[in-house]
Amino acid sequence: MPVTLRPAHRPSESGDTDRRRVLDRGAASRTLRPISRRIRRWVPPAVVLVVLAVAWELATDVFGVEAYILPAPSAVAHALVDRWDSTLASATWATLTEVVVGFAIAVGAGLLIACGLHFSRVARSALYPWLIGSQTVPVVVIAPILAIIFGYSLTPKLILVALLCFFPIVVATLDGLSVVDDDLKRMMRTLYGTRWSIFLRVEFPAALPSLFTGLRLSAAYASTAAVFGEYSGSSDGLGHVMRQAVPQLQSALVFAAIILLSAMSIALFILVTALERVLVGWAHERKSTTT
Amino acid sequence: MAWRARGKLAPRAPALPASSGADGAATDRAAAERGDARSATTGIRLTGVTHRYVDVVAVERVDLAVPSGRRLAVVGPSGCGKSTLLGLISGLDEPDEGVVDVLGVTDPAGRLARCALMPQRDLLLPWRSALANAAVALENQGMPRRAARSAVRPLFDRFGLAGSEDRRPRQLSGGMRQRVAFLRTFVAGKEVLLLDEPFGALDAISRAEAQDWLRATLDAEPRTVLLVTHDVEEAVLLGHEVVVLTGRPGRVAARIAVDLPVAGSRRELLATAEFVGLRDAVLAALEQRAAEPPSAEPPSAVLSSVEPSSSDQQPSALSETGCP
Repeated sequence: MPVTLRPAHRPSESGDTDRRRVLDRGAASRTLRPISRRIRRWVPPAVVLVVLAVAWELATDVFGVEAYILPAPSAVAHALVDRWDSTLASATWATLTEVVVGFAIAVGAGLLIACGLHFSRVARSALYPWLIGSQTVPVVVIAPILAIIFGYSLTPKLILVALLCFFPIVVATLDGLSVVDDDLKRMMRTLYGTRWSIFLRVEFPAALPSLFTGLRLSAAYASTAAVFGEYSGSSDGLGHVMRQAVPQLQSALVFAAIILLSAMSIALFILVTALERVLVGWAHERKSTTT
Repeated sequence: MAWRARGKLAPRAPALPASSGADGAATDRAAAERGDARSATTGIRLTGVTHRYVDVVAVERVDLAVPSGRRLAVVGPSGCGKSTLLGLISGLDEPDEGVVDVLGVTDPAGRLARCALMPQRDLLLPWRSALANAAVALENQGMPRRAARSAVRPLFDRFGLAGSEDRRPRQLSGGMRQRVAFLRTFVAGKEVLLLDEPFGALDAISRAEAQDWLRATLDAEPRTVLLVTHDVEEAVLLGHEVVVLTGRPGRVAARIAVDLPVAGSRRELLATAEFVGLRDAVLAALEQRAAEPPSAEPPSAVLSSVEPSSSDQQPSALSETGCP
């Protein structure tokens, strides 16, 4: 065997060790490897997407499915381009605003509430049941009520997005804050650690991985909540576009709006994940060297 | 000086350049405590200390004394309340009965300000580099992050950690992690160090290395140390005195003064008659305790001497009075 395996290999990649062994020969290929690996990871889902789109296109063509029942991907693409300037651009912008601002409010409020509950036992016992209670209220029901109170403005959508998103953040952060080893906190107290400095240097950093799990969940909920808000009363936004397009049987436009909405969710998710990589890199890095 | 030590004791001089400017009274008193009168001053003194958890008696009527700047090793079977003792001394816990005196202070907050605890698991913060981990006590005292790190950096060389400043704990071996953990404890500048089975999680070879290293480090930078361990060899190597505790409830069963000759290497030291005799004395005390039913001995237990059981022992190495 010309080159021995390095211990850092993950077991899941043992399948392509032969290719790896060739790549491992030079230091130059070692620096290139992460990029090629990243590309390789995107190839399979992209292939699936292309295959599905082609099959869909052919199916609508071969079976002669009416455009209002199932528009072909090409029709959806056309709708996306043709209606971008007149409708979709402003709708995307409106929904994006709701999602981003609502999500930001949820993060701020969620963190504040979680830290408050962590510091005060009284607050935790008094508020935690109501916090869970807030999640039993169905969004479908509360959205029209908010529309009645606040009208077609931005406010009811922000409330909906924040209401749906803050809960996973609070629960995940509280969880992360409370898992810190008791012995560690005791030791820190003998190293001049106060309640605050232990929170700042131990508990909060330790809670970050858990917090990001909550953030990723919330990021997935945010656009759904925004669309619910728009369905219940709005003058713009992707949800508004869909509500208008369905009765007119403009299915291609509905699909175009769905694609934009998904893209928005995925973008938010990727953003959160990228932030996690930067802030909580220590939790994911592999054991690379042993002395 | 932009920052001040929050505790009553200023950080000790050689470790930290910042200590010289701490407020006058504290520095004077600290100097007096560790100065020429060291051998005469009591570092840690426990008098009739009893502690219970719900209805389990963890330690019962324990009397211990560690002179300032000396090292006491406490050996005992698991569950004999060794770690409880450290919690009580450090001021993290209060005993149900008895008095704990650390450098003349008996209130919990005062004790907490004078003791640093090093647990068995390194408990390093995985998101901090070794350097940042070692500097955490200074940051807790309000020193800016950058200043704290540059104050600690020179110590890495002295602690045999040069080159691993920027590594994360996960990238260090178990032995190196314990060194960083000790350095972190040391940097706090406390007069009293409480070590709770510091090398218990290491493999035998790393442990031997770590013991030699700690012994040399503490010889060069003396502190009042109470070391808890279940490793008899470690107790004899690191302690100036060894105390054997009984199991559940923990009581003092024997006190053995340690006086080891200077030897070239660890192997040679371990082979000396003195070391062999001391190790055997500690083992004998442990064995005697295990053989007896728990309630056979009246709980006076303050001083029960160990009779030499084999001919090669050095009677002079055994002391009934505790402190040498």
